[in-house]
Amino acid sequence: MIPGQFSYHRPASLAEAVNLLATLEDARPLAGGHSLIPMMKLRLATPENLIDLHGIDALKGVRRDGGNIIIGAMTTQHELLASDIIATALPVLQETSLVIADPQVRYMGTVGGNVANGDPGNDMPALMMTLGAIYNVEGKGGARSIAATDFYQGAYFTALEPGEILTSISIAAPPAGHGYAYEKLKRKIGDYATAAAAVVLTMSGGKVATCRIGLTNLSETALLAVAAAQAVIGTSLDDAALKAAAAAAEAIMSPAGDGRGPPEYRRYVGGVMVTRALQRAAQRAK
Amino acid sequence: MNDMTPTREEREARLEGMGCKRKRVEDVRFTQGKGNYVDDVKLPGMLHGDFVRSPHAHARVKSINTEKALKVPGVLAVLTAETLKTVNLAWMPTLAGDVQMVLADGKVLFQNQEVAFVVATDRYAADDGINAVEVEYEALPPLIDPFKAMDADAPVLREDIKDKKDGAHGPRKHHNHIFEWTVGDKDLTDAAFNKADVKIKELISYQRVHPSPLETCQCVCSFDKITGELTIYGTFQAPHVIRTVVALIAKLPEQKIHVISPDIGGGFGNKVGAYPGYICAAVATIVTGKPVKWVEDRMENLTTTSFARDYHMTAEIAATKDGKVTGLRVHVLADHGAFDACADPSKWPAGFFNIVTGSYDFPVSHLAVDGVYTNKAPGGVAYRCSFRVTEAAYCIERAMDILAQKLGMDPAELRLKNFIRPEQFPYHSALGWEYDSGDYHTAMKKAMETTRYSELRQEQAAKRAAFKRGETREIMGIGVSFFTEIVGAGPSKNCDILGIAMFDSCEIRMHPTGAGVARMGSKSQGQGHETTWAQIIATEIGIPADNIKVEEGNTDTAPYGLGTYGSRSTPVAGAAIAMAARKIRAKAQMIAAYKLEVHEDDLEWDIDGFRVKGLPEKFLGMKDICWIAYNTPPPGMEPGLEAVSYYDPPNMTYPFGAYICVMDIDVDTGVYKVRRFYALDDCGTRINPMIIEGQVHGGLTEAFAIAMGQEIHYDKEGNVLGGSFMDFFLPTAYETPHWETDFTVTPSPHHPIGAKGVGESPNVGGVPAFSNAVNDAFSFLGATHIQMPHDHWRNWKAARDLGVIKGAGAAA
Repeated sequence: MIPGQFSYHRPASLAEAVNLLATLEDARPLAGGHSLIPMMKLRLATPENLIDLHGIDALKGVRRDGGNIIIGAMTTQHELLASDIIATALPVLQETSLVIADPQVRYMGTVGGNVANGDPGNDMPALMMTLGAIYNVEGKGGARSIAATDFYQGAYFTALEPGEILTSISIAAPPAGHGYAYEKLKRKIGDYATAAAAVVLTMSGGKVATCRIGLTNLSETALLAVAAAQAVIGTSLDDAALKAAAAAAEAIMSPAGDGRGPPEYRRYVGGVMVTRALQRAAQRAK
Repeated sequence: MNDMTPTREEREARLEGMGCKRKRVEDVRFTQGKGNYVDDVKLPGMLHGDFVRSPHAHARVKSINTEKALKVPGVLAVLTAETLKTVNLAWMPTLAGDVQMVLADGKVLFQNQEVAFVVATDRYAADDGINAVEVEYEALPPLIDPFKAMDADAPVLREDIKDKKDGAHGPRKHHNHIFEWTVGDKDLTDAAFNKADVKIKELISYQRVHPSPLETCQCVCSFDKITGELTIYGTFQAPHVIRTVVALIAKLPEQKIHVISPDIGGGFGNKVGAYPGYICAAVATIVTGKPVKWVEDRMENLTTTSFARDYHMTAEIAATKDGKVTGLRVHVLADHGAFDACADPSKWPAGFFNIVTGSYDFPVSHLAVDGVYTNKAPGGVAYRCSFRVTEAAYCIERAMDILAQKLGMDPAELRLKNFIRPEQFPYHSALGWEYDSGDYHTAMKKAMETTRYSELRQEQAAKRAAFKRGETREIMGIGVSFFTEIVGAGPSKNCDILGIAMFDSCEIRMHPTGAGVARMGSKSQGQGHETTWAQIIATEIGIPADNIKVEEGNTDTAPYGLGTYGSRSTPVAGAAIAMAARKIRAKAQMIAAYKLEVHEDDLEWDIDGFRVKGLPEKFLGMKDICWIAYNTPPPGMEPGLEAVSYYDPPNMTYPFGAYICVMDIDVDTGVYKVRRFYALDDCGTRINPMIIEGQVHGGLTEAFAIAMGQEIHYDKEGNVLGGSFMDFFLPTAYETPHWETDFTVTPSPHHPIGAKGVGESPNVGGVPAFSNAVNDAFSFLGATHIQMPHDHWRNWKAARDLGVIKGAGAAA
């Protein structure tokens, strides 16, 4: 549990950080550090250069931009929980943030680190896919935007090119009166999900008008459960619709077996999380 | 008397003696972060050692190349088995009469086994050195399943003893067999089963777990080449035993070895044994002449030093059709890992597992335990229990529930029917113990009344009916557990560690101003000895507890003792304290008689001094007696006021308790909620009720962790899983249930103050209470026994196996 040697850099601007990442050998950006540093202690990651992004003010904070909410990549989970903008426009983000790790980790852990690391166990990627979030990244070749739904390619593999930094996340605020829920089953405080489901929906005349469903830690990457969402649109979330949604969600899951349980269990409770998230989201919708 | 004269109550209160909820004096430093732990010890020029460990569970070590490692900046030395052989320390004796490799000698027998020890100027350099050591392995087939250990074609694990027909505990049946231990009357037990109306038989496994104290095992060894003296700071639960063992195996004169256990951050049995890290650090300091520190990290702690349990118990009970037990037969397959490094008294290869008849009046019983080797880490320590008592309590408490289910009887009613009756004490059990005292019926009935047990059963019946009608997916379990512990090892006639009798000791030295210092052979790891030991002395000699300083853990100053584990400190050291205090009081009485000009027999003890019988105004207080003892003692009497007592207990003590757990389980996720947990403990005389309550809270939390999630699991290749707190279940305050505590008091008749010990009771009684609650919840669906740990997915699996999970995923 002792890391090898590395050099530490703390740039004050995004341009400087991008430049360091492009020019230094074997360099990695450091956000909250709650994934990277344990990997370095185990020597599973041995970067020669760490580029600490904490000195870059431009990467922090939450703001509104028209109908969009812009979240700086270095905004901590704690800051998300304290943000009035998030509380009003994206309450599901706070519900999700609250089930990530524990208060100590949330003081350090950032939303950017959570989504950019590509860890299937992280909670934010599935939620970002559900919300249709756009990731803004910057590298030596300039800035570009990637949809969250196009970002995840495999466990720890993402659409980020070498040297690119995630700078902010842009989310179109869901309509007023939307329903939402993040249902997470875990063994204890601090654990990754055994299975989790994010739901954002709108209701109209007692029937589901729009719906998106995301799944956490039930495959190599976070998943958007399109068919499951389709199965409830136009229904009143009766038993048959809920069962159809759970079955459609289970069909796209391929969880690994681990200490949280064998694949068949995680798939089954994945379906349960979808059902419960749908029910809770519908209760909240106005 | 004027108004200023303190009342008797005020005098009592000022002492803060036995029965007082005295606040923990050690917490002044702990709550301010000012404790002094081994890792706080920093000596000039100190080096750091760390291990190269095996990635394989079973492999031949073809070669170890240390050349590159020695070129790493800061690396000074790399020890291997070859180095250690030059000082005859490549292997070390275990507490259980086996031998254990200190560093891999020719082969490795478990994953993460110690292969080489890198010594460097700091921990970073040591770790760089570890990564530069090149070890060539030839993988061998691993043996993981203990049930296959004695197959004819099972691989030979221990080549060093493969032809040895006898081990430390008698004949060996197979090259992977360690011992067979039998107790009881087989023929009479067989006869009882032959004529039984009702019989049950079940394989009850208690999974491999780990004590996981927050502070891992660690030491600093410092050898002075000029004087030849070796000082060892370590996380030792038994510092004197470490000193003697080091003297014996390192061939150093014992007076030149100084062992110091500073503050210890939890032990729970993990810090009783001797580990390769200690030996390597000691050799490294002798080789380099500089102090060497070794500190385990969390993964090393969980995967190498001292697992607990791993007992596979086949329990059978014979009974009459109306529920009177007539016989108990138990066979245990004990998985000891690669070396038998159990920390039991030496003559007890399965500890005190023969307490397995529990709280019940079994006329006959027979027990057989087979210990086997597997490719897993060695250990088998008493994780917050007296040697293998928690395994025994789990076995009998589960088996009694299974019998109740078969008979269609309520489990509490079955227990009441079979308890040893109060008039049977001292009670001789069928497996050889003499229970000192108990009143089980009173405790059980109090537990049932307080929890409104019969109403709980009615509620459960209603919920079961609702579940069957499809109105709820939640099931309710009520876990009843009644345990009898056996603690206070122990009487020298049957307890020793490597020949060292298991007495304990206390030295009290009073100062002239009415204060004093007390030193013991015990060693607190969080139990609060600095607080409670002073309370015993306060009551015995009438000096306020605040005026007594308690010291433990320095072998140069403390009298020889066997340390703290197995709830032995109050039964053994606590008795030594009372006896030493009584020696002080006896001398004080002689002084008081002289000063008050009466015969000693004309004096009576009165809270904090002596009073002449019938003349209440003639009184001499202990504070004054302390001054007199030094400065104006009676003619012919030696000055001074101090005493030493070594206490060899006449018997064990037998704390007991009744626990009831109420749990709800969501069958669709396996998520459980402990709605209520009631724990009644009878630990005899209660020294500090607040500390007892704290001990019960801690022990119940560990029991909860074990029953509901803890497991050190190995895959088929012998890779150890669960080696971090991500997977090894250490509940936080959020997961931990609320505890309700209660008590009865049945003093031990043979202990000087009637105390029995309590630290481990809640773990012993708690595990079966949780497990019985889960099993009780599922029993109406047809379950007989569901193995621990009862984590979410296993609860779900139980539901699925019982046919109440249907849906897409369930069919997979």
